[in-house]
Amino acid sequence: MTEIDTLQDANGLSERRPVEHQVGAEAMIQITDMNKWFGSFHVLRDITLTVHKGERIVVCGPSGSGKSTMIRCINRLEEHQAGSIVVDGIELTEDIKKIDMIRREVGMVFQHFNLFPHLSVLENCVLAPIWVRKEPRRQAEERAMALLERVKIPEQAKKYPGQLSGGQQQRVAIARALCMNPKLMLFDEPTSALDPEMIKEVLDVMVQLAESGMTMVCVTHEMGFAKTVADRVVFMDDGQIVEQAPPSTFFTNPTSDRTKLFLSQILKH
Amino acid sequence: MAQTPTTGAAAETFRPIAPRPPPSSAVGPLRWARDNLFSSPLNVILTLIGLYLVWLIVPGVIDWAILSADFTGSTRDDCPSDGACWVFILQRLDFFIYGFYPDAERWRVDVMFLMLAAVLVPQFIPGFPARGRTWLGIFGLTLYPVITGVLLLGGLFGLPFIETGKWGGLMLTLVLSYVGIVAALPIGILLALGRRSSMPVIRTICVIFIELWRGVPLISVLFMASVMLPLFLPEGVNFDKLLRALIGIVMFQSAYMAEVIRGGLQGIPKGQYEAASALGLGYWRSTALIILPQALKMVIPGIVNTFIALFKDTTLVLIIGLFDILGTVQAAIVDPAWGRVAVEGYVFAAFCFWVFCFGMSRYSQGLEKKLHTGHKR
Repeated sequence: MTEIDTLQDANGLSERRPVEHQVGAEAMIQITDMNKWFGSFHVLRDITLTVHKGERIVVCGPSGSGKSTMIRCINRLEEHQAGSIVVDGIELTEDIKKIDMIRREVGMVFQHFNLFPHLSVLENCVLAPIWVRKEPRRQAEERAMALLERVKIPEQAKKYPGQLSGGQQQRVAIARALCMNPKLMLFDEPTSALDPEMIKEVLDVMVQLAESGMTMVCVTHEMGFAKTVADRVVFMDDGQIVEQAPPSTFFTNPTSDRTKLFLSQILKH
Repeated sequence: MAQTPTTGAAAETFRPIAPRPPPSSAVGPLRWARDNLFSSPLNVILTLIGLYLVWLIVPGVIDWAILSADFTGSTRDDCPSDGACWVFILQRLDFFIYGFYPDAERWRVDVMFLMLAAVLVPQFIPGFPARGRTWLGIFGLTLYPVITGVLLLGGLFGLPFIETGKWGGLMLTLVLSYVGIVAALPIGILLALGRRSSMPVIRTICVIFIELWRGVPLISVLFMASVMLPLFLPEGVNFDKLLRALIGIVMFQSAYMAEVIRGGLQGIPKGQYEAASALGLGYWRSTALIILPQALKMVIPGIVNTFIALFKDTTLVLIIGLFDILGTVQAAIVDPAWGRVAVEGYVFAAFCFWVFCFGMSRYSQGLEKKLHTGHKR
């Protein structure tokens, strides 16, 4: 326990209580027996995972364990070859219309931000609402400004991504995803490319988002974040889900020896 | 001592050192000359050789082109001095600009020039409203070629028909290169996208098209267009020689353009495609809004390079009997009434080309600067 507390201190999250919220009974994501290969390499093996509405899942595991690939299958940035993925009642198939419908409802934040460097922060945020949701520009800009306010960088709206720090860029990326009013947010190692001083500002925004009741799936190594925010921690290794449990059980009483090994490795320092 | 973390006592306040200007010995023209011209013995020698060459060449050129040159008059007899006979250029200027276009109809060409200036000049004025600039640009790329085509060709709205065989000089050069540039860019973009398409049929067609046109010299393309093509067409079907040359130039240059643009497309990180997809943007929207703006910006130097090459390549239409500006100059300098004016003629033609190519080069540099959105270095 003390080891975990030390980790939390590093990110200043230990003062927070685990976030109170309601988890719905309806499934937001239903992954059943999903398999994926890169060529002949079997990256994901028999993945079965249910995420309920309002639930916050943290996915962790060593690098190369397939956690990023799995999360990228949820909005079809990667194609799965067997099994099924149902997001918000729509099954992901090759049907491009269905893929677009799902992508409209699912926001994604990447490790390397992937902001559009030729557009200003505000333009980054309003692009998809205007072109995909067909919103009037005025309305889209008003909401974008409100969201930039929420991630605490409204004063950067006219700047270009290249002029911002990594932490600011990642917060813009979160605001950009939120501008589409998503029902589900996917985070693919959002703090891995950031300097230590900037990790906290991004995690703060993510905690705040969790408090608002957003359904979230986060691939992250921030165990402090997992402890405070997650309803369930999913541990992956070698392309499969080894164990999933609420953080209290996961960190203190893991069942699998692989999980124990992993936890002992990351909590050593 | 103060730098080490204090444990018990109050921490010392961190005060950043205020920035200071560099010492005066590190700036100024003398310093610049020492750093760049006389920094080493070899550099000193090279500088002196350079200065000697300048002294050798520049006074002679100035003397020939300006000091001993003749500017006024109307015939060869008005050029008695050793210098350049600019009288010849001035007297034949109409021919160099309009070719064989009938005198009475030359206002139509003037309108074309004026409209071109109206489209282009605001693009160089920094203070011009951006919206107006954009609309002028769109007009220049779409309506302008159509309007100009109708205007120059005539046969409509009571304008007498002027066959393209009478077009010539600077006007023909501009028509060829403008149409070439305006048509080659979009076709090149489509070809580049097609070559990277995931659909094998489209990809193969684009690869074959690009490699075919890139693999032959422009001269042979023009010969094919002017001599061979009519042989293959059914009898009675005959379309204009200028149009055939234009199509040849456009096809040829669009293949080059496609490869330049493909270079830009390959420079776009995968994350940009993924971010666009994740936001629900489809192929065409993400291409038009995210990928192309960045890819084109990245390859502006390459695109302008192709434009400049195209502009100069238009002189090759000479071999199929069309007289561009160089063609008209060559036709004029053999006129025995003017004696030896070849140098003046070629210098004038070179100067015309240089003005346009340098303009394009400057424009592209300005554009690059304007579109730069990262940290200024």
